[in-house]
Amino acid sequence: MNVTIVDYNSGNISSVINSFKEVAKNKVNIEVTSDLNKIKLSDKVVLPGQGSFKSCVDALNKIEGLSDTLNNFVNTDKKPILGICVGLQMFADIGYEETETKGLGWVPGKVSKINNQNGKYKLPHIGWNQINIVKDSKIFQNIENNSHMYFVHSYEFIPEDKKVISATIDYSSNIVCSIEKENIFGTQFHPEKSDKTGLNLIQNFLNL
Amino acid sequence: MLKNRIIPCLDVKNGRVVKGINFVDLKDAGDPVEQAKIYSDGGADEICFLDITASNENRNTIYDVVEKTSKKCFVPLTVGGGVRSVEDINKLLNCGADKVSINTAAVENSKVVIDSSKKFGSQCIVVAIDAKKNGDKWEVFTHGGRNNSGIDALEYAKQMEENGAGELLVTSMDRDGTQVGYDIELMSKISFKVNIPIIASGGVGNLDHLVDGIKLGNASAVLAASIFHYGKFSIKEAKEYLLKKNIPVRI
Repeated sequence: MNVTIVDYNSGNISSVINSFKEVAKNKVNIEVTSDLNKIKLSDKVVLPGQGSFKSCVDALNKIEGLSDTLNNFVNTDKKPILGICVGLQMFADIGYEETETKGLGWVPGKVSKINNQNGKYKLPHIGWNQINIVKDSKIFQNIENNSHMYFVHSYEFIPEDKKVISATIDYSSNIVCSIEKENIFGTQFHPEKSDKTGLNLIQNFLNL
Repeated sequence: MLKNRIIPCLDVKNGRVVKGINFVDLKDAGDPVEQAKIYSDGGADEICFLDITASNENRNTIYDVVEKTSKKCFVPLTVGGGVRSVEDINKLLNCGADKVSINTAAVENSKVVIDSSKKFGSQCIVVAIDAKKNGDKWEVFTHGGRNNSGIDALEYAKQMEENGAGELLVTSMDRDGTQVGYDIELMSKISFKVNIPIIASGGVGNLDHLVDGIKLGNASAVLAASIFHYGKFSIKEAKEYLLKKNIPVRI
């Protein structure tokens, strides 16, 4: 099996690479590339993302044909994709970080700043929070409800269709932290930095 | 619920772990990669490497340490010490650091924080503030505590938040290495001044000090070195103690 971690200059992805290689051992081939052909031929794709919504969308659009290739991979070929952090956020129609920016539009919804209730809650939301699993998701196999995951973000994904939500966290309000819509998976938290539970989630994605 | 973090800090010099008492009198205590792994297996919420003499010496050894550690530890890794430029930050991130802490360079050139937080995102930019009390205010020190910039620490903290820092690592120079507890007044004043999380550092000698840092200092995370490093307490013992004191931690 070939799994591609999309390298589109979205910031620091070494931890994502390290964690996938750790889980894959030598059984799964992990590619790190923005080569369109390699992406097309992959069985699964991981879309990381750090920095702002706008900077990630801009970086993705800078590579000619990448967004079309990913779109075909996800919506025509229906192969599994895992978006991490801003990688998940980009699945939305629109994001409001820095300025209004169009997203990939695969999961209808928007990305807005977390309401910190006039400074009552610190932002970014950094650290370990317990996820509340609200529906069975294939990537949560053997992961217990209330498991800890590592977060670092100031913006939240608000999907239109609440049925896609697979887990939430409590931070100033209920924040979506994981989604599953057919072959589309995404986590707001960083499985690559969430210790054994995070590696378990990565294993589940590789096992799909 | 968001949990408070416990962060063991490993001071690294020439690729080896040391811990200074008031930044001098270094004692050697082990291999940083193995130490980091022991901490992450023991439940550390993050690992921090501080390359303490990096400002003056060849610091290539730290890149090797970071690279090896990031292949073994799957919790966030923060690296600081001697970080001068956006290029230094880029190099550390590429080696596998998740966050980079900037101290002297942030005081000398505010563009480093502004540019790096734009380029890599605020989530990986930690500004380290070494502060020392002078009368009724605190002043920011640079170069591992050797130079007094004369800058007011509270104003500086606010400025760094505006410049794009994602977190502040606040060390009391008066308390560092003394084991008498954090400078609670400094921590809480900075924490209420800014809206980004602060990590309290400098002076931990027992587990009650960690409790105070969170409850009284309003810190989101507490950093300590010697109490963990010389085996006085394990991370697990610290977490169990905090939990007993009604502080939410990841167990």
